[in-house]
Amino acid sequence: MGIPTTSVAARVRHVWRLSERLREKAIEWAIRICGWSAIFFVLAIFFFVFREAAPMLLGGLDFKEFFTSPNWRPTSQVRPEYGILALLVGSLSLAGVAMAVAVPFGLGAAVFISEFCGGKTKETLKIVIELLAAVPSIVWGFVGLFVLAPLIVEWTGAQVGVNLLNAGIVVALMSVPIIVSIGEDALKAVPDSYREAALSLGASRWEIVYRVLFPAAKNGLLAAVLLGVGRAIGETMAVLMCTGHSINIPHSLLDPIRALTATIATELGDTVEGDEHWQALFTIGVVLFTITFVINLTADLVVKGIRSEKSA
Amino acid sequence: MSCKMWIGCIGVGMLSLSVTGCGGEKGDGTTITATGSDTMVNVAQAWAEEYAKRNPKIKVDVNGGGSGRGISSLINGTCDMANASRKMEDKERATCKEKRGEEPVEHVVGYDALAVYVHKDNPLDSISIEQLAEIYGDGGASENWSQVSDAAASLGKIVRVSRQNNSGTYVYFREAVLGKERDYKLGSVDQSGSKDVVALVARTPAAIGYSGMGYATDEVKMLKISKAKGEPAVAPTVDNAKSGAYPITRPLHIYTVGEPTGAAKEYIEWILSEAGQKVVTDLGYVPVQ
Repeated sequence: MGIPTTSVAARVRHVWRLSERLREKAIEWAIRICGWSAIFFVLAIFFFVFREAAPMLLGGLDFKEFFTSPNWRPTSQVRPEYGILALLVGSLSLAGVAMAVAVPFGLGAAVFISEFCGGKTKETLKIVIELLAAVPSIVWGFVGLFVLAPLIVEWTGAQVGVNLLNAGIVVALMSVPIIVSIGEDALKAVPDSYREAALSLGASRWEIVYRVLFPAAKNGLLAAVLLGVGRAIGETMAVLMCTGHSINIPHSLLDPIRALTATIATELGDTVEGDEHWQALFTIGVVLFTITFVINLTADLVVKGIRSEKSA
Repeated sequence: MSCKMWIGCIGVGMLSLSVTGCGGEKGDGTTITATGSDTMVNVAQAWAEEYAKRNPKIKVDVNGGGSGRGISSLINGTCDMANASRKMEDKERATCKEKRGEEPVEHVVGYDALAVYVHKDNPLDSISIEQLAEIYGDGGASENWSQVSDAAASLGKIVRVSRQNNSGTYVYFREAVLGKERDYKLGSVDQSGSKDVVALVARTPAAIGYSGMGYATDEVKMLKISKAKGEPAVAPTVDNAKSGAYPITRPLHIYTVGEPTGAAKEYIEWILSEAGQKVVTDLGYVPVQ
């Protein structure tokens, strides 16, 4: 009596285990495909952007003019010129100004959240900063155009309120959440034993932050800043609305500028598929892709740097 | 997380249902898509609304974006008619023939006086085409208001407001003011819409900009234009545009691929009829005679 029951039960269990293993395999594969799809999409995006730009990149493009001429005149009747220097300088100076504002604020906020406050304040701050990240780009554009621009004109006497400073501040506000959340993670990852050791040596809180936490978390903090830079270079809509969209190498904070991204945004819809202007815009796309790729890769390598250092 | 995803899925599902629902109701209707000129978007919208009242079965979708966008959409096959405040270039005609198999056909549906705007506090009242060319043209000498007029000298540096580089207004202004052989001076503040130009000029005391005269507001001043310095300056009005006295008046076009047929043909005929041209006059543009 006892023997058949156990064998049935064993069989059931065996079948069940088998199906569980199958299910396990199926799920594993599904997850694997999800993971690979990310790589596939990145490659596909690069492929398509490159394919549209290829006729110009591989033949006919005067690289010297492309990178060193400030004249962007794709629709000229006399002689179309495709020089992106002014646009490149515009994008980079914008990222520079944005970081000059965002890095002190972002890292300051990260330090405050991670080291100086706790409980409710900490949770509230984190939620508010996440909300900041959720504000759509176009809304930031409106803030720049209708709030910041008149203020800049009033305070600085600038002729136009939409300029490098305006866009820099707006993009800084957009990058702060990234810097705060990654910076805070980096600070949190510093073992408490470091803080305790510093305290036992009689260090003040500021000394702990400045002498112990910053050096210990420097890779993570650097990665936070780099991702902020990536955000600043890639941002489009708010930048289009706040920079003044003027082909111009800036000499002061109050000069209107034009960014690479905004140029693609305004001009791509006006071009005929496949013509020279279209290819030139995709070539700008390749340049942008390369810049952000290098920044993100550096950030990744820098973060990897912390991990291996820590495990060593 | 998964809860949010479900809500998202249901939302998308409902949206697509409601969209198909809408389509089903007007299953027997035809939709004409007209894309292009930002100068013409107001008048095109008014035509569409007026036409819908008379002919509810035909729906006209109007999109802006600029003449360049309209022409490229027509060539790429994403609209039925392109509104354009400039002529199609030979190159564009050739591409259209190649991609769509037929030559584009031009229909002049009205005229627009291109106004030169300055801030309402700017003491300047009139300007000549030559002076405009010195301000906007590549290599032009005028960088400061003092070079244009002594009265306006206190405004300092001239803030040039221009348009994105494939806009019909941009292309027409270049041809009419700078001539065929000259480019714009770079460094202008480029706006993506007719209305944006006027809005920026209204906020900027040292600005000068060009846009359709239909976009005038109380915050800006339209300058009188003279063909050459010393000649009488003419104000941008419908009468002056009609008589040809105002020097920068341009035709407004609708382009179709090949001669229009069916609903599109009837629509263009209606636009050119008395009723359609009344809309043009009502909105401050100049009707076809």
